[in-house]
Amino acid sequence: MDHFARLGLPAALDLEPASLDKAYFALQRQWHPDRFVAKPAAERARASTEAAALNDAYRTLKDPLNRAVYLAELNGVELPGDGKTIDDPDLLMEAMETREELQEAVSPQAVDALAAKARDTMKAGLASLASLFLAGDKPAIRKALLRLRYLDKFAEEARARRTNLERSGT
Amino acid sequence: MTLMEIHEPGETPLPHAGEGSLGVGIDLGTTNSVVAIAREGKPAALHDETGKAMVPSVVGYPSSGGVLVGDEARLLVASEPRNVVASVKRLMGRGAADLHAVAGVLPYEIEPGTGETDMVKLRIAGKARSPVEISAEILRALRTRAEAALEKPVERAVITVPAYFDDAARTATRDAARVAGLEVLRLVNEPTAAALAYGLDKGSEGLYAVYDLGGGTFDFSLLRLEKGVFQVLATGGDTALGGDDFDRAIAERMLAERKKDGLAGEVDESAVKSALALARHMKEQLSDRDQTSGRLELGGVPSFHALTRPEFEAMIADPVRRTLDIARHVLGDAGMTAPDVQGVVLVGGSTRLPLVRAEVARMIGKPPLTDIDPDEVVALGAALQAEALTGGSDTLLLDVTPLSLGLETMGGIVEKVVPRNTPIPAQLAQEFTTYQDGQTAMAIHVVQGEREMVADCRSLARFELLGIPPMTAGAARIRVSFAVDADGLLTVAAEERTTGVQQRIEVKPSYGLSHDDMADMLYDSLDNAEADMTARLLTEARVEAKRNLLALEAALAKDGALLDAAERVALDEGRARVEAAMAGEDRDGINAAAEALETLSKPFAERRMDRGIREALAGKSMDELETRVGE
Repeated sequence: MDHFARLGLPAALDLEPASLDKAYFALQRQWHPDRFVAKPAAERARASTEAAALNDAYRTLKDPLNRAVYLAELNGVELPGDGKTIDDPDLLMEAMETREELQEAVSPQAVDALAAKARDTMKAGLASLASLFLAGDKPAIRKALLRLRYLDKFAEEARARRTNLERSGT
Repeated sequence: MTLMEIHEPGETPLPHAGEGSLGVGIDLGTTNSVVAIAREGKPAALHDETGKAMVPSVVGYPSSGGVLVGDEARLLVASEPRNVVASVKRLMGRGAADLHAVAGVLPYEIEPGTGETDMVKLRIAGKARSPVEISAEILRALRTRAEAALEKPVERAVITVPAYFDDAARTATRDAARVAGLEVLRLVNEPTAAALAYGLDKGSEGLYAVYDLGGGTFDFSLLRLEKGVFQVLATGGDTALGGDDFDRAIAERMLAERKKDGLAGEVDESAVKSALALARHMKEQLSDRDQTSGRLELGGVPSFHALTRPEFEAMIADPVRRTLDIARHVLGDAGMTAPDVQGVVLVGGSTRLPLVRAEVARMIGKPPLTDIDPDEVVALGAALQAEALTGGSDTLLLDVTPLSLGLETMGGIVEKVVPRNTPIPAQLAQEFTTYQDGQTAMAIHVVQGEREMVADCRSLARFELLGIPPMTAGAARIRVSFAVDADGLLTVAAEERTTGVQQRIEVKPSYGLSHDDMADMLYDSLDNAEADMTARLLTEARVEAKRNLLALEAALAKDGALLDAAERVALDEGRARVEAAMAGEDRDGINAAAEALETLSKPFAERRMDRGIREALAGKSMDELETRVGE
């Protein structure tokens, strides 16, 4: 069963966070191991497996990027594993430039500005995914997702750098 | 004993399930413990005859026989100091390897020969006793108190543990409960229990934070409350940080003042203890007034020390700021900012300090919630959960893993399988492959921590997957599955997918992750994120280069005849350049050398492919020829 089906939701890029939460909480009320404390071992084991599968589905679908990647894979778009080499020359260039900017940013404010820029680019990228999915343009979806994945990683690195700058500053 | 208990998720034995006996909530603390009961959603701590809810987590074994717990055990310190154990929680699930961390804190005799493959044992009153047995005495005393107060047998309990307790410590806690005749309904994380106590009481909704500053530990958790659902979004902390540090700062200042005044008196262990006791008293006084003073007498020489609240607050400003740093990081983990937080719950005696309250209020922008006694709030939450689990309730508690769980891969890199803050129960798997041609075994090394390199994380278990059929490097598909149950306990299984060679984990001795180590490791990961990333990229470049070298060597051994002498020399030089680069620290250099070699070996690869095709065709015509001959 795919993650959307498990939560009883349509397999769509757009997902209202509130409806995801609602579906998840309702199913966890049914399957969480806390509800099975007094039940026979076999039932408890089943509940644990179901609850874990729900958690996996929820965690994947909650984050817009993870959700898009998951939906793309459901639709037969093949993405390289996380952390593999970037095979898109444009993205490679962009990555090198932004990394350099991050290295040169010496104040938390400068790092924040770069992170904010990455987040904005991500937001725009996520918004433009819908039309690519609608058109079923797999190469374009792949390219867009790889870029989004890079931006996400960049934002995380910016956060680490900011923590370091703050710590050394105080 | 085995420190990491292996069982099918959800198959924890539960002998008394369904019976009507009462379930209590227990906060088994480092310094103090509390037992509480909830009825119809109303929790109450159980007091002794004198009205005290807190039981000091101190166990005494008097030479006259028997066991004393709490205040009585404390009284024994004067006459038989060696027969009294305090702070045993720090030793839960720990082995000899961890002891350096607590040396000096716990002046106990370690039972010789223990702690090498097992949890450490203490030698007290002439007998070896494990931390599990000693904790069980505290639990037994709490159980007795509960049975006396409720006039009914008590056989089941929810017991709280620090959010950062690892498998070994959680298992040890559960074992201690069993020894005390208590069936553990659930191990619940302390900050989560605190939120439970507040949430149900207030019917609150929205995002809440729990700021838990105890004697030696700090925890910060972020929870979302919604219609009876308690969803932990993120948690973090540091255990080298707490009220004990504040006492130490005051004590050190007093001892320095004595030294400056040229007062005699050797600073031995008992002098430090006296100074610390006075320091604690002065600290507590400064919560209610602007200045205080104390008289310290060491070796018969008295000295007088004054301390104002601003002076004291300047002394503790750094550690308090550190707690706020951690809190901000946890907020970041959850993708939230301080204004998103609707309320912050204070837990732990150290949150009584006005500076702590003021700083927390300033960061969150709202006055903290303090109407439940910070010393009892955790036990009250545990009691509510015990009632929910025995009597049923609409409350749903969704907790997370505090630290990432992963595996060691080539080059000592950690591949995270279960990232921190993953909701539990969790069952996640990742596929790995073989690194060398014909590899038939794979070592599986399970680690816990946030750093990128294995050496910086804590080792939880090692085992080996055997019987992998010989295949070319990268062809085998080895699936390693991690299952974390609702108590936060881990099970690992590995399986070769193409042939179905399966193996459950075999746990080698594991000392368990120390509470302090966990926090330190998490904190280190913030400090070292950049350096870690560089180290990881370098290692990845080396591993990738090595993989290509191995592939090329295998090809040369098989089809070396396809090359003329000059070509062979050029390739060998290219290989040597890659190897030289790999020995260095320059990632780009390694990648460049590897790429150059790839370009250089392209004609060789093409020739091998051509020959492969020719051989296939040639073989076919031979077959056909033979067939004709045979006709």
